[in-house]
Amino acid sequence: MTETMSDYPLRDSKADELRTHSGRALSDITAEAIAAGALNGDDLRTHADTLRQQADIARQGGYPQLAANLGRAAELTDVPNEELLKIYELLRPERASYNELLRLADYLEATYGAKENAAFIKDAAEVYKERNLLRR
Amino acid sequence: MERSKRFDLLAKRDINKETYVEPWPEAGLIVADSPYDPAPSLTIDDGRIIEMDGVERCDFDALDIFIASQALDLETAEAAMALPSQDYARMLADINRPRADIARLIAGCSPAKLTDIIRHMNVLEMMMGLAKMRIRRTPANQAHVTNWREHPALLAADAAEAALRGFAEVETTVRVARFAPFNALAILVGTQTGRGGVLTQCSVEEALGLRLAMKGLTSYAETLSVYGTEKTFVDGDDSPWSKAFLASAYASRGVKIRFTSGTGSEALMGRAEGKSMLYLEARCLLVVKGAGSQGVQNGSISCIALPEALPGGVRAVLAENLLASMLGLEVAAGNDALASHSSIRKTAKLMLQFIPGADFIFSGYSAIPKRDNLFGGGNFDAEDFDDYNVLQRDMQIDGGVRPITEDEALSIRRKGARAIQAVYRELGLPAISDAEIDAAAVAHGSDDMPERDIVPDLEAADAFMAGDADFVAVIRALQNAGFGDVADNILEMGRQRIAADYLQPSAIFDADFKVRSAINDANDYVGPGTGYRPAGQRWREMQAIPQAKSPEGFVDPHVGEPLPRLVELGPAAKGAQREVVLALGPAFGGALATTIGGLDHEDVLEAILGGVAAEGLVARIVRVYHSSDCAAIGYVGARLSGSGIGIGLQSRGTAVIHQRDLAPLNNLELFPQSPSLTLATYEAIGRNAARYALGAPTVPVAVEIDNGARLRLIVKTALLHRRETDEVCPDRPPMELRFDWEPA
Repeated sequence: MTETMSDYPLRDSKADELRTHSGRALSDITAEAIAAGALNGDDLRTHADTLRQQADIARQGGYPQLAANLGRAAELTDVPNEELLKIYELLRPERASYNELLRLADYLEATYGAKENAAFIKDAAEVYKERNLLRR
Repeated sequence: MERSKRFDLLAKRDINKETYVEPWPEAGLIVADSPYDPAPSLTIDDGRIIEMDGVERCDFDALDIFIASQALDLETAEAAMALPSQDYARMLADINRPRADIARLIAGCSPAKLTDIIRHMNVLEMMMGLAKMRIRRTPANQAHVTNWREHPALLAADAAEAALRGFAEVETTVRVARFAPFNALAILVGTQTGRGGVLTQCSVEEALGLRLAMKGLTSYAETLSVYGTEKTFVDGDDSPWSKAFLASAYASRGVKIRFTSGTGSEALMGRAEGKSMLYLEARCLLVVKGAGSQGVQNGSISCIALPEALPGGVRAVLAENLLASMLGLEVAAGNDALASHSSIRKTAKLMLQFIPGADFIFSGYSAIPKRDNLFGGGNFDAEDFDDYNVLQRDMQIDGGVRPITEDEALSIRRKGARAIQAVYRELGLPAISDAEIDAAAVAHGSDDMPERDIVPDLEAADAFMAGDADFVAVIRALQNAGFGDVADNILEMGRQRIAADYLQPSAIFDADFKVRSAINDANDYVGPGTGYRPAGQRWREMQAIPQAKSPEGFVDPHVGEPLPRLVELGPAAKGAQREVVLALGPAFGGALATTIGGLDHEDVLEAILGGVAAEGLVARIVRVYHSSDCAAIGYVGARLSGSGIGIGLQSRGTAVIHQRDLAPLNNLELFPQSPSLTLATYEAIGRNAARYALGAPTVPVAVEIDNGARLRLIVKTALLHRRETDEVCPDRPPMELRFDWEPA
């Protein structure tokens, strides 16, 4: 379903439907639940679907590049913290070979269904090769 | 060599502590219009850009490739590039063209085209452009909170105060990188004590910054730096793709991001390739947009002194803010790093962003003393808080902050410090003592704080960073320690992270913790009567500086009982003898009892009469009722005087020596600076009046010139005059008075 700008902010309009990354309802995120030790950091993280809804809103608002970024972000919600940091490190200049970048792209797509990120990293691999930004 | 005293003085002025340099395009020391900047061009073939700004696809560097593939809207590009640059410039300054119309076309412009548009614009037109193109309707402000001691209680106290002062974002950084988690924690707890919904960040190396965000200790990041040449970008250890990935990684954790660019960095890094700062900034901004960042921090930032050393530098900084707004980016507009020694210059520069308004007028107002600022000194600091509030009040311009009272500051600082003390205690971190809380509550800066043992703090910071504890643990700690309201604010930040509304362009949280962004608060300025302007409660709050007094307070100290020694006898007659007539204002010695300088009316009368007597004459006293004007009062005295010499005296102390043959508004001597007049002056006035009456040679009374008196006392002057004017009876003739006094 495509969200529209009139649904914004989702915090107000979709308070009953929003889910956390861990799958809980937003309404479960209460002071009492925290005090009882029933919640952890994963329960206060955003869900991929929410980021896709925000991407729809950004696109309608005339911010297509931000929408694309939020779409890639949605794909990364399931990628563990340490892996995210490693991928970022590999994308820095002169860190990875061309094939390492292609393998990384395939891995992200196969493991997390991260199609947009995979395409984005493959584009980077081509440019890095052309501009001599691969590991020497 | 002969030395001009004036040039010698000028050489010592603050403005001459600056460095100025002539342009050198080959080294990138040119703010705009380098002879090596390319002319705008764009060739599209089969849906691909094959040439941009004179460079063929095969010669594109990584930035060109990124811009061509990610940033430009190919649907509008051909029409956008065909429209003359001057037409864009005119649309930007034209109140009848809404932002959306222009933004659609701008999306298809190459970097050189963007720069070419600016060529046609002066500063005033660019300010109009910024007022319209800024993406969020309501302007806001960001604060920097750091201290050289990296003291957690002081960080929390300053963050709490900054939040209370209305800053929508608070940024900290580190002196010692290992302190990052604790500094981030202190400003998180501090800000959420001051006001729920203030966004916070800790400026550190990229990967560490992401780790802090993952722990929930920060809610935004803005140190994703980009540069305008490929070589500088790589020197910065990133590519557009790595930066874009980082942006997505932050967003995947529900954290707002903003990139950083700004003129001068390429020249500073020796890699400007002969291009102007503004052209390189246009490339940066297209990379920022292409990477999907919602916004940018620009306005030269830490390099600001470099463009300011060059001609047109301040104009170029405004131009880069405008370019970012044109591209639909949130702009945190600079004004952060120390840019000038001169208060005149730094304030003049600020006006270029302050008057049109920006998403964030400062990308870090230094809400701390300059000495405590770890970002390289603030251009405006805590010492300037009152100045800044007055600027808002003067111009009815929302600069994103509000005045607070000393009591409010003390109270919120103590609470913020106590809250971080409680979190440290609950999480088993090195204790913060009550003495440290007491110091932080009243402190101005690090110098007012006791020393802390840094070694255990750093060890605890390392362990905290390595461990699992995150902001959920912080919320629980605050709950356990009785800071339920602060805990609730951080919890609501967590819910907002789940909803992710604040990832939209230019998002902040308002005073009611509601998100406000370019989606639900889009700038709709189309000229007078439209767009944002402070009104209602916000304007009342901006006016209410604690220094403002009620008008009654100015007059009350001068009100008194009528002088028992001053008795009214009856209508005044014209005298025949050689005398001086002292004519008093209608409230003198009646409704009012002292002059503006605080002299008792009785003493003033004695001084004048004593002066007249010292020259061997007698003075008659009359009260004028029909006017409160000094010249009119004195003129009445002169006309009633047998000698033709009169003294006019208003209740506030202003005096005149008049002569009946002169025009009413002329005089022999006028003493308009009543606050400077002493009893000795009044005695001299009496003497001189008598000498005029005697026809003796007379040297005018010397009066101290105090050009600040009017500035200090104009409100009181106006109100005392108004009080005297209340006593005017237009039809009542001058009355003869008797003052019970004998010459000594």
